[in-house]
Amino acid sequence: MRTFAIWATALLLALPPFGFAAEPSRTVALTQIVEHPSLDAARRGVLDELAAAGFVSGRNLTVDYQNAQGNPVTAAQIARKFAGARPEVIVAITTPSAQAMAAATREVPIVFCAVSDPVGAKLVKQLDHPGGNVTGTRDFPPLAEQLDLIRELSPGAKMLGVIYNPGETNSVSMVDALKRLAPAKNFQVIEAAAPKSGDVLSAARQLAGKAEAIYIPLDNTVVSALEAVIKVGREAKIPVYSADTDSVGRGAVASLGFDYYDVGRQTGQQVVRVLRGERPGDMPVESIGKLSLFLNSQAATAMGVTVPDAVRQRAANPPSP
Amino acid sequence: MSAIALLGAVEIGLVFGLVALGVYLSFRVLQFPDLTVDGSFPLGAAVAAALIVRAVDPWLATLAAAAAGALAGLATAWLHLRLGILHLLASILTMIALYSINLRIMGRPNVALLGERTVLSPLQDGPIPSYALTPLAFAVAVFAIKWLLDRFLGSEIGLALRATGANPRMARAQGIRTERAILLGLASSNALVALAGALFAQGQGSADVTLGVGVIVVGLAAVIGGEALLDPRTVARATAACVLGSVLYRLLVALALNVEAFGLQAQDLNLVTAALVALALALPRWRAGRRRSKDRATGD
Repeated sequence: MRTFAIWATALLLALPPFGFAAEPSRTVALTQIVEHPSLDAARRGVLDELAAAGFVSGRNLTVDYQNAQGNPVTAAQIARKFAGARPEVIVAITTPSAQAMAAATREVPIVFCAVSDPVGAKLVKQLDHPGGNVTGTRDFPPLAEQLDLIRELSPGAKMLGVIYNPGETNSVSMVDALKRLAPAKNFQVIEAAAPKSGDVLSAARQLAGKAEAIYIPLDNTVVSALEAVIKVGREAKIPVYSADTDSVGRGAVASLGFDYYDVGRQTGQQVVRVLRGERPGDMPVESIGKLSLFLNSQAATAMGVTVPDAVRQRAANPPSP
Repeated sequence: MSAIALLGAVEIGLVFGLVALGVYLSFRVLQFPDLTVDGSFPLGAAVAAALIVRAVDPWLATLAAAAAGALAGLATAWLHLRLGILHLLASILTMIALYSINLRIMGRPNVALLGERTVLSPLQDGPIPSYALTPLAFAVAVFAIKWLLDRFLGSEIGLALRATGANPRMARAQGIRTERAILLGLASSNALVALAGALFAQGQGSADVTLGVGVIVVGLAAVIGGEALLDPRTVARATAACVLGSVLYRLLVALALNVEAFGLQAQDLNLVTAALVALALALPRWRAGRRRSKDRATGD
């Protein structure tokens, strides 16, 4: 038994800091809380932007990527690994990963991505001059513009159903903002809570007959069970709109928002600036500049929405037949 | 592996050592399969964080977190003893309820503690880096708690607790009030788990309502893994095994985080962790088996 323990310890200690090899190469580490299409797209965007700036993964850039697979405790351990490996920049995708990273190091530059409220999450003290070792992009969705789009597509709708997980930070702050904004846009918000993916179907059914349109915020729980909402939307002819653009491909009628690949590209620009010697503390937290309209004509027909030509022309994705 | 990654794994392992001690108390000593843990860990984090951001003294906040955990344990025991609900189901009910309660306590799903004064603040900005000092402080604290628990389980009340778990009918026949023993046992078990939650939140800079994901699984893995490594003949050995198992589990996760070195990808992490834990559990058995066959070969 004792020899086993000695061998195990020896093995652990003997492991060189893999991922940051000996050749003179630049080093970037990425951490992400969970596998998710939007987050994966953001990560690809970061790496593509780095490649466009001449930092090519595998050639002159060593990339260490770790995913916590949905477990916040693992995220904390990944943070320690990166703090010890001391890459030149750490890209932290999502709020919990960024918080764990910021707690683990005050020296290594951190650039966050897919964080809605960095000040509330205490990642930075202020947006225009963060001060410490942390900066990044904030992706708070353009709620007013999204409500305008829903108004354009469902002109008569008043009751707007929202399905969300009260346990997700991003969704709660979004729904709060939505409730403040709705009266001005002539909507009334009806909430339906879905604490687990398994609760999404019953939450959607609960809205049938009450809501005239359903809005899905940036909510990992609900988005992971989106098909259940789409099913109810088709059956009850209630158009389903989403805050994230990826859900449009999966059956939501439309969304105005960020393509997370673009979010990643913009974050990547900040990473490049840090690699070229800028200090994160002097770089303002950026809002996402580019908004894209996504439209799913098939879903619109199935849910009883007539799409005006004006909207069809603005759509970024080629309208499906 | 860097020193920070190694010491970080030890630090988190020690915190989860408290979880393992709590799980040992309910599952092993009381024979009560208590899943409340998945709720009381984030409960401890939530109570501590909510109080700390309201400028309450962090030590007091940590103590309050442990007290809240004790209440959660009492709730499970009460559901089981007074309402006659099956122990497993009673603990699941408390666990589910705690999700909403934790949201209420924090007022939102995530409370950030970055930059707040916590019980770990005095360890920062000293001559010794905090990544080395924090695990040391945790080691002292966890082994002090382990020693107290050993003393407690050796006391008259502790013996009553162990008797209740071993044979409740016999315990009752000896005049032990088994209901009280279960109430006390679950309260202390969940107080330990909530204390771990409070320390973890302060160490990693935020309390999050999702923090409870799989805590019971890790706690059980630590208890069982520890027992496989260190034969739990006495209470002191069994509790030491809990802490040892927990630290080893975290070291294996840290090892699994280097998966790309073995040609695997980030998405394989959980699989690699499971495989490493299975290997660690099987090794002592293989060695024992090999020794036996060698003995036979030499005609012993």
